[in-house]
Amino acid sequence: MRTAHVRTIAVWTLVALVGAAGWSVLALARGEEVSAAWMVAAALGSYAIAYRFYASFIARRVLRVDRTRATPAERLDNGIDFHPTDRRVLLGHHFAAIAGAGPLVGPVLAAQMGYLPGTVWIIAGVVFAGAVQDMVVLFFSTRRDGRSLGQLAREEIGPFGGAAALLAAFAIMIILLGVLALVVVNALASSPWGTFSLAMTIPIALLMGFYLRVLRPGRVTEVSLIGVALLLLALVGGRWVAESSWADTFTLAPSTLVVWLVGYGFIASILPVWTLLAPRDYLSTFMKIGTIVLLALGVVIALPTLRMDAVTDFATRGDGPVFAGSLFPFVFITIACGALSGFHALISSGTTPKMIQKETQIRLIGYGSMLMESSVAVMALVAASIIDPGLYFAMNAPSGVIGTTVQNASQVVGSWGYHISPAELAQAAKNVEESSLLSRTGGAPTLAVGVSEIFAKVTGGGLRAFWYHFAIMFEALFILTALDAGTRVGRFMLQDTLGNLYRPFRNVSWKPGLVLTSALVCGLWGYFLWVGVHEPLGGINQLFPVFGISNQLLAAVALAVCTTLLVKSGRLKWAWVTGIPLAWDATVTLTASWQKVFSADPKVGFFKQRQVFQDAIDAGQLLPPAKDMDDMRTVVTNSTVDGVLSAVLALLVVIVVLDALRVCIRHIRRPALSTLSEAPHVVSKITAPDGLIPTRAEKEAARHAAGTAAGG
Amino acid sequence: MRPALRRVASALRGLRWYVRELTGESAYERHVTRLRERHPEAVPPSRREFERMRTDRQESDPRQGFRCC
Repeated sequence: MRTAHVRTIAVWTLVALVGAAGWSVLALARGEEVSAAWMVAAALGSYAIAYRFYASFIARRVLRVDRTRATPAERLDNGIDFHPTDRRVLLGHHFAAIAGAGPLVGPVLAAQMGYLPGTVWIIAGVVFAGAVQDMVVLFFSTRRDGRSLGQLAREEIGPFGGAAALLAAFAIMIILLGVLALVVVNALASSPWGTFSLAMTIPIALLMGFYLRVLRPGRVTEVSLIGVALLLLALVGGRWVAESSWADTFTLAPSTLVVWLVGYGFIASILPVWTLLAPRDYLSTFMKIGTIVLLALGVVIALPTLRMDAVTDFATRGDGPVFAGSLFPFVFITIACGALSGFHALISSGTTPKMIQKETQIRLIGYGSMLMESSVAVMALVAASIIDPGLYFAMNAPSGVIGTTVQNASQVVGSWGYHISPAELAQAAKNVEESSLLSRTGGAPTLAVGVSEIFAKVTGGGLRAFWYHFAIMFEALFILTALDAGTRVGRFMLQDTLGNLYRPFRNVSWKPGLVLTSALVCGLWGYFLWVGVHEPLGGINQLFPVFGISNQLLAAVALAVCTTLLVKSGRLKWAWVTGIPLAWDATVTLTASWQKVFSADPKVGFFKQRQVFQDAIDAGQLLPPAKDMDDMRTVVTNSTVDGVLSAVLALLVVIVVLDALRVCIRHIRRPALSTLSEAPHVVSKITAPDGLIPTRAEKEAARHAAGTAAGG
Repeated sequence: MRPALRRVASALRGLRWYVRELTGESAYERHVTRLRERHPEAVPPSRREFERMRTDRQESDPRQGFRCC
């Protein structure tokens, strides 16, 4: 039995009090101004306690991480993909890989229900589900030489569940890419400044690629600094272009942007990695880490006041303009990344397990970096909640609802109880030098307005438009990287599957197969992008819930794999650690899928929506917001596709979960039938600290290890 | 004054080390050191060859270095 030091008890009591104070103010304050500081206090206090106690409990008691066991990085060290990496470096790597546009977009959209539901879910979700999933997947993948989630599902659940998991992952990837591209289109449409600066990232990346390949191979830091400098130049140049005669060239309609984006995605994904993907990735990683640090500093220095209601009426009525549906289950699927994200399981079972030095560092890398991502989501929620709620709704409601003039928008938003005058709406657009901010759906523009507000508080109002476009470019930059990388991963899955039918496909560098599969993947996400842009009911409004559902369904697959592994590896007593998050996630997501498929409310249920519009077509009537019969038919087609997709995805995941359950029950009844493909125990020779800051004993051990190495 | 300067210098060294490790810039030196230790007879690749090999590996399996949403 260890006894705690008095000072330790005092410190942790203080941390608990800070967190509790944050939560009490957020929960109890009504109708008064609440500072974002309380949200930060609640988040950081909860993270610290969860990391110190819950994550430590999972590592020691549940997973029983073994300090003496060599990791794949140590055993299979080849100096390239397998090599033991310093924990601080790997933390940076893993965080840069999991954090993207997701945690910035979801919380912004969920703010339509007020800041409180989002805050509760982001923090509770990460502590009990998201970080747990990342950490447990990382552990089991590390014990299996870095196997991928798909391989784990096939080996531990079976070929049937494995195939369903693979198919679900592919479909989810397509929807993800379509929705992310839609976010970019909505942010750049008729914005010459934004379009120019994003377009300039392509020649900048090509230049960096050439530099790294031909001029000075491997000098990543210097070329990244050059790239970032050029990027800032392009951003400043964007303003100049927007005011010049070139403005029209870069003022693009949404459908033109769709063509450009799909074309870009296709070409980028068939070019060699070194030309665009690798340099763009360095650029977006630098920008990502830099901007997140700046944003954290901005929030802490400016400590802005939250202007959104704690809970809006849309939370209970379920008729919000941003996305339809009530608080349960829709907040929990709108905020995916930042609370619980299935996609992280692909990273935790990919590169990271091949680089981790010690099993004991799984808590820091898996749980710790997910807490960092969650804090990014909290910052996004802060940014969305400090802007005028009237402006928030005018920016996030589809134009079918609020119209296209500031007068109309002001009136409609006013009817929801949020007052903003037409002049104020026009001024808000003018402040960031955009022609209009109405119906800038997708989250990125709202976040950019919030970010510019926070940064302008620190740097002065003169730079507001610069910061707005900085934030837009920063998000668009890594969405473009995700389009390229995601198309490649989707293509890889497709090549692998088609390889079963026609052998040459399996050779990933076979050119005809490569071009064909790339075109197929781009065509698929391009279809959703096209649909989203032309959707009379609003693309984000219709598609974002499908995206959220699919991401959470992937999380259900990952948690089902984790739970099966816990049961099969003799940890039945601890199966609740991932079993409860799985039950919660499955309940939420399948409820959402059910409502999206069967709800009798045409705003929520896709098939009801289809029926209402089809009946109107048959009767020769026009239903707003459709402007003509073509719009009516578009709605019918789209809701059919979305409805079928929601149903198929849910079904696939039910198959995986049931198959996992079958394996668990069989193991409990007849353990002899189970096989467990764990790599054998090899004694580790590496001495390295567990946490970020080495303890006194760990420093002593490191000195001792260095001494024996020198002596022997 | 001197200890302060030394502390700044060591902080800068730490930062340089971190950035080089994070970007993979130090991978080449690590590879060469490894090769010298384990296969002293082998001729180490030039930096150009090594970096090409590293990026081309990503080509064959795009799941390496995949970025999330």
